[in-house]
Amino acid sequence: MNLLEKVEELSGQNLYACYQCGRCSAGCPMVEQMDLLPNQVILLVIRGDQSVVEAKTPWICAECYQCFTRCPKEVDIAKIMEALRLIKLRKNIDYIKLGELKNLPQIALVAGARKYTG
Amino acid sequence: MEEMAYYPGCTLKTNAKEFEESLLRVFKKLGIRLKELNKWYCCGTVYSLATDNLMYRLAAIRNLIKVMEEGYDKVVVPCSICYNTLKQANLMARNDKEAMEKINSFMDEEPDYDGSVEVLHPLELLREKIDKLKGKLNGKYACYYGCLLLRPKEVAIDEYEMPTIMEKIVEALGGSVVNFPLKNECCGSYNVVSNKEAVIDRVYRIIMNARKNEAEAILTSCPLCHFNLKEMQNEIKKIHADFVDMPIYYFSQIIEEALE
Repeated sequence: MNLLEKVEELSGQNLYACYQCGRCSAGCPMVEQMDLLPNQVILLVIRGDQSVVEAKTPWICAECYQCFTRCPKEVDIAKIMEALRLIKLRKNIDYIKLGELKNLPQIALVAGARKYTG
Repeated sequence: MEEMAYYPGCTLKTNAKEFEESLLRVFKKLGIRLKELNKWYCCGTVYSLATDNLMYRLAAIRNLIKVMEEGYDKVVVPCSICYNTLKQANLMARNDKEAMEKINSFMDEEPDYDGSVEVLHPLELLREKIDKLKGKLNGKYACYYGCLLLRPKEVAIDEYEMPTIMEKIVEALGGSVVNFPLKNECCGSYNVVSNKEAVIDRVYRIIMNARKNEAEAILTSCPLCHFNLKEMQNEIKKIHADFVDMPIYYFSQIIEEALE
């Protein structure tokens, strides 16, 4: 299974529906922290560019659904970001070390554990 | 007194006690007893977005079954994150027969679930009781919705791009509201675990937007927004020495104060 097929299966999204209009990136509140714009992530997955799996962007996505809400093609980009995270997490490559976290409420810890560890 | 089932979630019993206490008192004054479920579990916090990860949705479904088993057809969920997770799981139960077949056959002791319970946020109930909300509220408030009361739009408690439900409540109580264009922009959420700088940045922008519009306090219904908006202020001061604190309240605290 190639990268595009993997992402489509995990996310349930048709990435070819995206025509790169950029509304997702225009509305994304986290975009300044990202190394790739959300629409660029889709482009790289379609191209089969493996570097997207190592990108920061999927880990910065806060799952706020602003992109999905505004996408004219109703591509649920939050699900694509989740798929890219899972490609790492399901190989047991965690993004954070839970044991090192301090002074955080459980609501942040449980959310972090679910999004950043396998 | 009218009684409704109430799901607190973990944070209302720990970091957000002031949210629970004020909310229960407000509803009591309005003639509604919010009856905590006899048994409930952590909702799982964030809704799993992977097509094949039904395990992370089990806890939410189990809570909805508890509501049904205790004889209710509605449940009130104040925490924005719990509300979103339970509501999205409930929509799955109603719309995804294949997924529910798997979940129902996996769960051994619980009865089958088909999405019959209605998940409600207390702001929706307060909107219905708005004629009872009279008070002498002082101050100018910025109403912050964040993400999870509004998106995905199928779970929105109000118009998802320009909500006004909290503003109407504040105004009914005699308070003033300010324009607040960033009211539905994400605070950075669970990035506080892994990328605190991003959250500090977000919170600074959101608070400064409220301040430029002359807000004296920000209202929220999300314990994670509350934590981020409040606790990042000390970090902001290390970067912006002239930053002045902005008070952050749960909406129910303001209502309680106004009704007294």
